[in-house]
Amino acid sequence: MIDLDFQIIQQLGYIFSAMLFIYGLKMLSKEDTAARGNLVSSTGMFLAVLVTIVEIINPLLVISAIVLGGLIGSIFALKVKMTSIPEMVALFNGFGGLSSFFLAWSEFNNLTTTSLMMLITYTTVIIGGVTFSGSVIAFLKLSEMFKGGNNFLNKASRWFLIFSLIFIAIAGLQIVASSLGIISFNFEIIQQVFIAILIISILTGLAFVVPIGGGDMPVVISLLNSLSGIAAASAGILLTNTALIVAGCLVGASGLVLTLIMAKSMNRTLYNIFFVGYESSGTSSAEIDGEIKPISAEDAYLVVESARSALIVPGYGMAVAQAQHVVKELGDLLEENGCEVSFGIHPVAGRMPGHMNVLLAEANVPYDNLLEPKDINPKMDTVDIAIVIGANDVVNPSATEEPSSPIYGMPILEVHRAKTVMVLKRSMASGFAGVQNPLFFKENARMLFGDAKESISKLVAEFKD
Amino acid sequence: MEIFLLLFFILVLAIFLGLELISKIPSTLHTPLMSGANAISGITLVGALSLDTGSNIQMVLAFCAITFASINVFGGYLVTNRMLRMFRKK
Repeated sequence: MIDLDFQIIQQLGYIFSAMLFIYGLKMLSKEDTAARGNLVSSTGMFLAVLVTIVEIINPLLVISAIVLGGLIGSIFALKVKMTSIPEMVALFNGFGGLSSFFLAWSEFNNLTTTSLMMLITYTTVIIGGVTFSGSVIAFLKLSEMFKGGNNFLNKASRWFLIFSLIFIAIAGLQIVASSLGIISFNFEIIQQVFIAILIISILTGLAFVVPIGGGDMPVVISLLNSLSGIAAASAGILLTNTALIVAGCLVGASGLVLTLIMAKSMNRTLYNIFFVGYESSGTSSAEIDGEIKPISAEDAYLVVESARSALIVPGYGMAVAQAQHVVKELGDLLEENGCEVSFGIHPVAGRMPGHMNVLLAEANVPYDNLLEPKDINPKMDTVDIAIVIGANDVVNPSATEEPSSPIYGMPILEVHRAKTVMVLKRSMASGFAGVQNPLFFKENARMLFGDAKESISKLVAEFKD
Repeated sequence: MEIFLLLFFILVLAIFLGLELISKIPSTLHTPLMSGANAISGITLVGALSLDTGSNIQMVLAFCAITFASINVFGGYLVTNRMLRMFRKK
């Protein structure tokens, strides 16, 4: 009787924690309430764990694992540099998937016959495993430890994907057929197939992400984020635990929304991103007229100094150079000089959704100064100077001017329409899309070569003299 | 079987709810949303707490599942909080 009562309390606890998750996420999607939303959602998590305590079978193991994981997670969270957030989120997505993977693996040992349970176990293992290994590759690519791009590897990966799909389909059919009595149920064979599924799910994640280029990482991270939630939801069905299902689905949905926003911001379909890539999706043959006009920091200062309105457009180059603080300093000096300063942020600038916003927030730039392309483009003609800091594809005018370009149709920041464009760049290498950028050859463009942080520091020094 | 249908029903509703909840998020919050959602996906912790630890392998699996889920929960909420405290208005 006591047991039953506690089950009711537990279910009510899960319902309440689901409400907290939902409310927390809602608050998290508005700037003013976001910080409190995160707190509300963490309260939901605490409650869900609290009402599960009575079910713990092995307290020593549980406590030591929580302490270990909590310690590792907290150290990560407090030490990580804001420029490395994409790597960290990628890795954490993977851990979420891995946890579901282990969970389903452990549950498999309790299964005897029910075929539906077995199918759900397979699903959880596969999604969890793919999320884990895919995230590890994304992590390695983001931290530039693994570049990819090997043609043989890419081809092999795509073939492997086809092979693993076929294998998984056969394994699923085997379960269905044996439960319908068409073939006899042989637990030993099923155990062997399960071990194969464990391995294949890990390899599938590798094969899925290896061929995807670094520039598409914002989409990949979003998708892996979504998958980590779906894995948790699937584990929830396996354990008949409503808290896992609801929380997992919320994460799955939010990741999916971000994935679609990112794909739309690049004007590409998910199929194109995941299975085709930029390289093979068309080549631009158009000749670019005009010449590159390099500019020294001293001359750049004169241009910037006389400007009455400026638009700063940061990209991944700002993150690499860790230049967000000097960029903010430059912005402040320009404002003191009577210039109106705003920031143009493209949704896919950087390596994860909203990457630039976090960096500029770290440097104390107010978020209402950050404008999206649709807000700033109509006013672009009145901008005296657009300062592009390590961004490339998101300001490429081919997207609006040249139908044969692979990035044609992608919404960009139309800085080429500003009176002057100053581009800070390390070299003339093209962006991740591998597409030449005619912006650099335009009449109103000036190139300031060098490390973004050094170049801006020089400008700042000139201002102070 | 009915219980699975019921769970599936919850699953579908929760997905639609999630899509509605998130659809109007400003791009400033994309990164915190993702890391906050990431922390929520650590909910597998709740499932992992009650895993069987009968055999040695199950003990190892449960330990790993709890550890990785805890990394997600603690790391995810803390880093999201750290980020959100930096956001400020003019």
